[in-house]
Amino acid sequence: MARPLRIWPVLVTFVAAIAIGITPLPESVQLLRPPLAAMVLIYWVLMWPERIGLLTAFALGIVIDILHGQLLGQNALALSVVTYITLRFHLQIRIFPLWQMTMTVLALLTMIASLQFVVEGIGGFGTMGLGRWPQVIVGTVLWPPVMALLDRVRQQSETPSSTF
Amino acid sequence: MALNTVDREPGYFRDASPGLQVLLLCIVAIILMVLDHRNEYLSGVRKSLSVLLYPVELMVSAPFDLSRAVADSVATRGELQAQNTRLREQALVRDARLQRMAALEGENARLRALLDSTAKVGEDMLIAEIVSVDMNPFRNLIVVNRGGQDGVFVGQPVIDADGVVGQITRDRHYTAEAMLITDVDHAIPVEIARNRLRTIAVGSGELDRLNLPFLPGNADVEEGDLLITSGLGGKFPPGYPVATVREIRSVTGQPFLDIDATPVAALNRMREVLLIKPQDDPAPAEPATNDASDSEPAEEAA
Repeated sequence: MARPLRIWPVLVTFVAAIAIGITPLPESVQLLRPPLAAMVLIYWVLMWPERIGLLTAFALGIVIDILHGQLLGQNALALSVVTYITLRFHLQIRIFPLWQMTMTVLALLTMIASLQFVVEGIGGFGTMGLGRWPQVIVGTVLWPPVMALLDRVRQQSETPSSTF
Repeated sequence: MALNTVDREPGYFRDASPGLQVLLLCIVAIILMVLDHRNEYLSGVRKSLSVLLYPVELMVSAPFDLSRAVADSVATRGELQAQNTRLREQALVRDARLQRMAALEGENARLRALLDSTAKVGEDMLIAEIVSVDMNPFRNLIVVNRGGQDGVFVGQPVIDADGVVGQITRDRHYTAEAMLITDVDHAIPVEIARNRLRTIAVGSGELDRLNLPFLPGNADVEEGDLLITSGLGGKFPPGYPVATVREIRSVTGQPFLDIDATPVAALNRMREVLLIKPQDDPAPAEPATNDASDSEPAEEAA
């Protein structure tokens, strides 16, 4: 279990995902922007649960809330809950074949979207109905390539003394 | 290297079971949301965190700013000359209009003096650029590159060269968030320029559409009517153009008309906006004069 990793490459992937989350896009494709930050979080929780856990999820959620001008805690709540579930089942999910893992990610992203939907509904903001679905679908479709990329990052950042 | 080991410092939070941890975090998140819902309680926290995250925004917007700068600097002489001619013509036209403005303002001040009401002075403007970052795709929010350190405050009206853009909703010290008039949570008091019929324009969530849901079926409104700010509510100064009426639908059996309007400001193309600074704190006097001067048309309309 103890696979020493360097923390900096992991941080870089998080910052990149957050940055892509606020990069200006044409209005027509804005609704298709994948929730990359959540996907990166799910990946690192699966692969490095000793370091990337609930506190990371909460902090990431707060950062996203501020950058997106949303209610403070909205993403933090959703990401914490999803991280808990991922942590709980990470040993099973990790050995899933790719298609099963992708389906799991679909379920997790759906859960994030639903939690935000509920919060916005209770908060009395305009919920966008099914507006979040395209993002979830795009995120799921992009999971295999994103995971391949992050696997590469992980292999690069494992220290030589690793016994994995 | 200590960083690379999985050993962690012991702590109460880390030692708790994951279930308890997530429960605690959820409670904290819910408390945060409840407090943040009443905007003012967490504005300090939000502001300091925003300042910490400012570099991320800078990093994202830098390439876009750079590409603009490059495009500006490699513009050909011909393009620049054409642009220069166009701008000079525009300036000429506007100067000509301003000459009349001065005369009208003087006349307005004299008439107001006769009526013994306080004169409304012109506003100061602060030019701000839009930071190239996207916010929540479901909301119509923008980030401008001026914040509390430049005197920007929450509720400050934002306009562009053509009309009203929105208002500042959050101060981030170096930058500020503004809500556009088309946001689903935004409503702006307007009047029809032609007959001073007052109503409220509500955002639709789409950048090119405002809704006027509160005009009765017999209201005097026509397609193409210009809507200007009425000054009621005290947030927006009166007289700025907001939108033009695009489509009027009257639904049989419904007491109110369903009216769409197109914002006159270029909400999806603008790069610079103007933040209006009120002068000399006219706050106490202004609502009173508004009430006095606007009460008659209201009765006529009703």
